[in-house]
Amino acid sequence: MRTPALHGRAEGAEQRPGGVGIMSTDTAVQPRGQVNDHQTPVISVRNLWKVFGPNADRVPGSAELAALSRRELRERARCTAAVREVSFDVAPGEVFVVMGLSGSGKSTLVRCLTRLIEPTAGEVVFEGEDILRADKRRLRELRRRKFSMVFQHFGLLPYRTVVDNVGYGLEIRGAGRAERIRRATEVIELVGLDGYEHSYPDQLSGGMQQRVGLARALAGDPDVLFFDEPFSALDPLIRRDMQNEVIRLHRQVGKTMVFITHDLSEALKLGDRILLMRDGNVVQAGTGDELVGAPADEYVRDFVQDVPRADVLTLRWIMRPSRDADQLDGPELGPGVIVRDAVRTVLAADRPVRVVENGELLGVVGHAEVLDIVAGNQAGA
Amino acid sequence: MATTTMTGSSTRTTPRRRITKPLAVVGLLALWLVAWSLLRGQDMLELPRATLTDLHHWLNDVNDSVGASRNSSPIFLYFFNEIRAVMDALVTFVQGLIAQPAYGRPVPVLGWLGVVALVSYASWVFANWRVALLAAGGFTLFGLQGLWQESMDTLALTLVAVFVSLLFGIPLGILAGVSDRFHRLITPVLDLMQTMPTFVYLAPLTLVFLIGPASATIATLIYAMPPAIRITAHGIRSVPAPPVEATDSFGATRRQRLTKALLPLSKRTIVLGVNQTIMAALAMVTVAALIDAPGLGKTVIKALQTTDVGTAFNAGVAIVVMAIVLDRVTTAASVRAEQGGGDLNPRIRRLLLAGFGLVAAFCSYLSYTYLWASEFPDGGQLGEYLSQGATAVTTWAQQNLADLTAGVKDGVTIMLLNPLEALLAESPWWLMGAVIVLLAALIGNLRAAAVAAVCVGLLVGSGLWNASMITLAMTLVATLLVVTLGVVIGVWMGRSSRVDRVIRPVLDAGQTMPAFVYLIPVVALFSVSRFSAIVAGVVYAAPVAIKIVADGVRAIPESTVEAATAAGSNTWQTITKVQLPMARQSLLLATNQGLIYVLSMVVIGGLVGAGALGYEVVAGFSQGQLYGKGLAAGVAIVVLGIMLDRIARAAAQRSDRAPSANQT
Repeated sequence: MRTPALHGRAEGAEQRPGGVGIMSTDTAVQPRGQVNDHQTPVISVRNLWKVFGPNADRVPGSAELAALSRRELRERARCTAAVREVSFDVAPGEVFVVMGLSGSGKSTLVRCLTRLIEPTAGEVVFEGEDILRADKRRLRELRRRKFSMVFQHFGLLPYRTVVDNVGYGLEIRGAGRAERIRRATEVIELVGLDGYEHSYPDQLSGGMQQRVGLARALAGDPDVLFFDEPFSALDPLIRRDMQNEVIRLHRQVGKTMVFITHDLSEALKLGDRILLMRDGNVVQAGTGDELVGAPADEYVRDFVQDVPRADVLTLRWIMRPSRDADQLDGPELGPGVIVRDAVRTVLAADRPVRVVENGELLGVVGHAEVLDIVAGNQAGA
Repeated sequence: MATTTMTGSSTRTTPRRRITKPLAVVGLLALWLVAWSLLRGQDMLELPRATLTDLHHWLNDVNDSVGASRNSSPIFLYFFNEIRAVMDALVTFVQGLIAQPAYGRPVPVLGWLGVVALVSYASWVFANWRVALLAAGGFTLFGLQGLWQESMDTLALTLVAVFVSLLFGIPLGILAGVSDRFHRLITPVLDLMQTMPTFVYLAPLTLVFLIGPASATIATLIYAMPPAIRITAHGIRSVPAPPVEATDSFGATRRQRLTKALLPLSKRTIVLGVNQTIMAALAMVTVAALIDAPGLGKTVIKALQTTDVGTAFNAGVAIVVMAIVLDRVTTAASVRAEQGGGDLNPRIRRLLLAGFGLVAAFCSYLSYTYLWASEFPDGGQLGEYLSQGATAVTTWAQQNLADLTAGVKDGVTIMLLNPLEALLAESPWWLMGAVIVLLAALIGNLRAAAVAAVCVGLLVGSGLWNASMITLAMTLVATLLVVTLGVVIGVWMGRSSRVDRVIRPVLDAGQTMPAFVYLIPVVALFSVSRFSAIVAGVVYAAPVAIKIVADGVRAIPESTVEAATAAGSNTWQTITKVQLPMARQSLLLATNQGLIYVLSMVVIGGLVGAGALGYEVVAGFSQGQLYGKGLAAGVAIVVLGIMLDRIARAAAQRSDRAPSANQT
C-alpha cells in the first residue's frame, strides 16, 4: 500500500537519504535491522585488530596496551592501532557502510577483510570460513571468485583498453579471451559505458573511469563488493550520479556491498546500516535513523547535527503515545515512513495520524511533532 | 606526573638541539683550525714515491702468484678461463658480423650498407622514422670520417657488453624490485661497482682475464650492469600502488602481479635503464682501450700518446655521434613503449616497415656479396678536415687565451685548492681522522660516523694517508665547482625548456665523451697541473649534476610555482623560496653523484698532473714493482668514495626526516 509510493519517491527525490528503497524488501529500515538477527551473516567480523609498528602482535593481547589511547600507544610502544577490536556482521544483500573521517581506520578495515592488509588479530568469517586462517591458495581463490573491490583511485591499468581492464579479473582467474570479452561487454553495458570499450582510461573522465572500476568489480560476479571511498575523487554532480548508479546496480544485481566513505550524506543515502568509526574504534553501528535519532555519544551527535532530520528520521522516532484527548480516526501510516514523506498527510489531517504496525497502534503523530522536526531542522541548517 | 616531566623536557630540548647542531659544526671546525695551526706538519704519514710498505710488497707477491697459477689452478681452469672463453666467443662472433674479416672472408659478413640499412630499420621498428634517419646519417658519417672499422669494433664490444648486462641485469633488477631483502643486499654491491673508479678494476681484471677484448667487455659489464639493475628495480618499485592493489584484490598470483601489472607499468623505466646501460657501456668500451680493447678508444689513446689533438678529436666526434644515435634511438623507443602508437597510421606504418624491411634485407645481401657495399668507399676525407680544424683551434687557443686560462687556474688553485689541501694534508692524521668521524656524526648519524672511522683506519692502513688527503682536497674543490655549476645551469634549464633543448645534447655529449678526449684541450689550456685534473673531474661530473638538478626543478608541480607567482614572487624569490627547496632531494642527489663522478675521475686526473692517489694507480699500471702500491691506492680511492658517499647520504637522510605518515 505505502511501499510503492515510497519507492517512487526514493528514486525521484534527489537528496533522498536513508536506505529506504534501495532494497526490494517491502518494509522500511527498522525491520531490516531485525532480519540480520536471524539470518546467517555473509561476513562476520569479531574483535578485529590491525596494529602497525614494531612488535604489533603484542598489542591486542595485552590488556594494558590495548587500553591506551592512540597517542599513548604511539609514545609507549611506537605502534599505531588503525583498527581496534572491531566486530560487526554483514547480512546477505545488504549495503553495509563503514564511515569515518580520514585516519579513522576505515580503509584499513576494509583491506583487512580481504587481507590486502594482514590483520593483527581477530576473526573474519566469510560464509562460515575464517578468512584469516585461509592459506595463500584459498585466499586467492576467494579473491578471484567471491570478492571484488572498487578503489578510490580506480586502480585501472593505463595501458589496457576499457574492455581489457574490465576483463582483468577474469584474466587473472584464467578465463579465455572470448569469454572475457563477452562478459566484459555485458558489464560495460550494465554500467552504461557502451561505446567506450576500446578507449584507454586516460581518455575517460573520472566518473567514467570509476564506472570502469565498477564494471571490473562486477565482471567476476562476486558475492561481495567492497567499495573503498570510490567516489571521493569525483566532483559532486558526478558523485551523485555514481551513487544513484550503485543504488540502481544494487537493485539490479542484489550483491552484498561493503561501502567505505567519509561522507555522511553518502552513507545515509546508500547504507542499510552504518558503522561509524573513530580512531580505529567503533563508535556506533546502526541504521541511518538510529544514528540520527539516538546518537551514542557526543561525537556522533556532532557528526550528525547538520543532517536534515526530516529526511532521515521515521515516524517511529517522533511519535508520541496516544492521549485520551486524541481522536483516533485519522489517517494511518507505518512506523517506517520517513517524516518528510509524512508531512503532507499529517498537516492535511485535522486530527493526529495513527502509527500502526501489524494492526497494532504504536503511537500518534500530530502537527507539533512534525513541525518540531521540520523547523528544528531548518534552524539547524 | 611522569608525562608532564617528559613533555616538559622534550619541549625544552627540541629548540636547543636545532640551534646547537650548526654551532657544534662551526665549533668543531674552529677547534680544528686552532689545533692545525699548532700541530701543522706533524704525523702527516707521508710516503715517498718509491717507498713501499709491507702491504704493498704483499700485494706484489699476490699478483705474481696469481699470474703463475693461471693455467694450473682449478678456479682459473674451470671458472675464469671459461668466462673468458665465452666472452671471447661472443665478441668474436659479433665482430665477425660487422667489424672484422671472418669465416674465411676478407671482409665482415655485413658491410657498411647492410649495417646502415639494418640499424635504420631497427630504429624505425622500435622507435620512429625520425631517429631512423638520424641513425642512418650518423652511421654513414663514421664511414666518411674514415673510421668505419673502428666504429664497428666499438659497436660490437658495446653490443656484447649490453647484451650480457641486460641478460643478467634485468632479472636481477626485477628481483630487487619485488624483494626488499634482495634490494638491501644488492644496493651496497651496486654502489661499490659504480663508485669504484674504472681503473681500479682494470688492473685485477687483466690479472685474471689477460688483456684484450674479453676483459675489456667484462670491465664494461661491471660498469654497465649496475644501471640496468638499479633502474629496473626503481621502475618496479615506483609503480603506483592502486593498480597493483587492484590486481591483488582480484587474487593475482605473484607471477601474475609481475607480468600483468608491475612489468607493463614499469616498461618505460626499464627501457630507460637499457638506454643508461648502453651509454655506460659505450663510455667504458672506449676507456677499456687501455687494456687493449679494439675500436675508437684505441685511436684516441694512440693520438693522445703523440698529443695529436686532431686525430683524437676526429675519433672523439665518432664516439659522440654513436652515443647520440644510440641515446636518441633508445629514448624514442622508451617513449614508444609508453605511448604505444606513433605518428603514422598503424596500417600504413606496417606496410612501410615491411617494404623497408625488404630493402634492408636486400642491402644486407648486397653488402655480403659486393665489395663496394662492404668496404666504405673513399672514406676519410671528412675526417681529415675535422682533424685539421681541431688542431688549428687548439693552437689558436694556446696562443691567445693564455692570460685568461692562467687567471682562472691560479684563482682556483690559490683561493680554494691550496688552503684546503694544506688544511687536510698537513693536519696530523689522528686529528684529521677525528675531525672526519666527528663531522660524520654531527651532520650525519652515528652509523655514518662508524663507517667513517673504519674508512679512516683503512686509509691509514693502506700506507697512503697523505696522498688520500691531497686527493680528498681536490675532490672537494671539484665537487664544489660541480654543485655550483649544477645549481646555476640546472635551474636555468629546469625553468626554460628552450634552454634545456639547447644544453641537453651538449651534456649528453660531455657524458659519453671518453675522458681522454677532453683531457687534450684541458691540458692544452691549463698545462699539466692539479687544476687540470680538477677541470677534468668537473667536466666529467657536471653534466650528471646539471641534469639531475634540471630534472628536479622540472618535476616540481606547476601549480606550486604558479601559486608562488600568484603570490607575487619575483624570479629570484621563486627560485630560492620554491624551486630550490622543493628540488632539495635532487640537489642532494646531484651532490652525491657529483662526488662519486669526480672521484672516479681521480685516476684519469693522475695522467694530467693530479699526483696523489691517481698518480699511484697510473704508476702501478706501468711499473711492476709499484703494482701493489697502485692497487692499494685504487682501494684507497674506493674507501674515500664509500666514506664520502655514506656521510653525504646520512646527512641527506637527516635533513629529510619527515614525520611518519598516518594510516587511514
